This record gives sequence, structure tokens and C-alpha cells, in this order.
Amino acid sequence: MAEPIAFWTLAVLLVGSALAVVLSKNLFHSVLWLALALTGTAGVFLLLDAEFLAAVQLLLYAGGIVTIVVFAIVVTQRLVGERLSHTSRRIAGGAVVSAAIAALVINAIARQPLATTRPPMTGDLTRTIGESVLTRFVLPFELLAVLMLAAMLGAVYFARPED
Amino acid sequence: MSLQAYLILAAIVFGIGLFGVITRRNTIGILLGIELMLNAVNINLVAFARFGGSEIGMIFTVFAICITVAEAAMGLAIVILLFRTRRTVMADHLDLLKG
Repeated sequence: MAEPIAFWTLAVLLVGSALAVVLSKNLFHSVLWLALALTGTAGVFLLLDAEFLAAVQLLLYAGGIVTIVVFAIVVTQRLVGERLSHTSRRIAGGAVVSAAIAALVINAIARQPLATTRPPMTGDLTRTIGESVLTRFVLPFELLAVLMLAAMLGAVYFARPED
Repeated sequence: MSLQAYLILAAIVFGIGLFGVITRRNTIGILLGIELMLNAVNINLVAFARFGGSEIGMIFTVFAICITVAEAAMGLAIVILLFRTRRTVMADHLDLLKG
């Protein structure tokens, strides 16, 4: 059985890199760990037979978001000195709150009778996604294009030269 | 692996992201925590779609990923603007609205 091995490897990778994102003392290291966590998520998508989503994840998240975050760090922090280090506050309270919420969710999941086996794959998933996006979900798809345009215009407006 | 395993993994990653959002001082660090949380939600959506035998959850994930990218672009633009006007990106110092 290859799936449990792959799942546990990815789970350890994902949880470890996510912890490194929130605990690392260096902002740049945090971003690099985030890239690893997002790549691990792409692996989880592959494990769930969603090849197209894994590719989108790598392109948009691990490629796009990490690049703009690094760009934002370069613009807003001095590259040398201790400005780059970032610290945490209220660690105990944050740990209690987030652990409590995670425990609540896990408890709710554990109580539910959920599917243990997945149904067999029917047809090409990428093809199904592409067809649905251009037929049944064409209106949300077009709205998404408007949202992207608005976000692009907003980002350019915010980053305009000072007048 | 069962559906529960994927959901529990996503819940743990969500909790870690929430911890980052609560504890980070740097605004960019807070945004990284938000990315982790959204990522965990995407794992949930894909897992439910695969185990439920319906592709609609995966289409929803495509939309969620695109909206997250728009959110990150806007959030970082706001961070750059904040830095330009206040010369700091530490969330503790951004308290203009405090009464």
C-alpha cells in the first residue's frame, strides 16, 4: 500500500513546515517554509487524484503568492539588520485558542460517520472541471474575471507613485 | 486513507495558521497565517469532492484559489501602502482607530 506512506509523509511535511511558518524568527525563512507547505498541499491534491488542482496550486500559490510576498518584504523591510526578524506576542493565549478550535473541529470530525473508501474515478477529472467551468459555472467564472480585474486595478492604485 | 484522515490534517493546519494570525507582530506574518488557513480549507474541499464522488467541490477549489490570490495581492498592496504612510508594518503600532 503506497497511499498511507505517501499520506503520512505529506502530513508530516505539511504540519512541520506549517509550524515552521508560524514559529520561525526570520520573515524570509517563514516565506520559504510557506512555499514548502504549499508544495506539500499540492502533493495532497495529487493523492486525491486532482492533478489539475495540484498544478494550479504550484503555479498560483507556490509560484505567484510566494513571489509577491518576497517582493513585499523587500519593499517594506531593510534587508540587513534585525528589522527582518519578526517576533510573536501572546504565544500562550494564541496556542490555547488555536488548539481549542482545532480540537473542537477534530472532535466533530471524529464523531461523524464519514466515508472510508473513495468511489472509483469516472472519466477525466480535468476535462470535467473544464467543461463545468464553461457551461454550468460560466457566470461565477466570469464574475471571477471581474474580481481579478478589480484586484489588479486596486493593487496598481495602491502602489501608485506618491503625488 | 479515509476521509477523516484528510479532514483532521486540514484541521491541524488550520489551527497552526490561526496561531500564526493571532501571535505574529508583523503584518506580512499575519498574511502568511491566513494563507495557511485558506490552504487547509482547500484540502477539505478537495477531500470532500473526491470522497463524495462529485467534481463540484474541485471547481469550488479553483474559485477559492483564485480569490485567495486576489486577496494576497490586495493585502500586500495594503501592507506596502501602510509602510509608505506609517513607516511600519508591525500590527501593534497600527492603532490609529483605537479610541
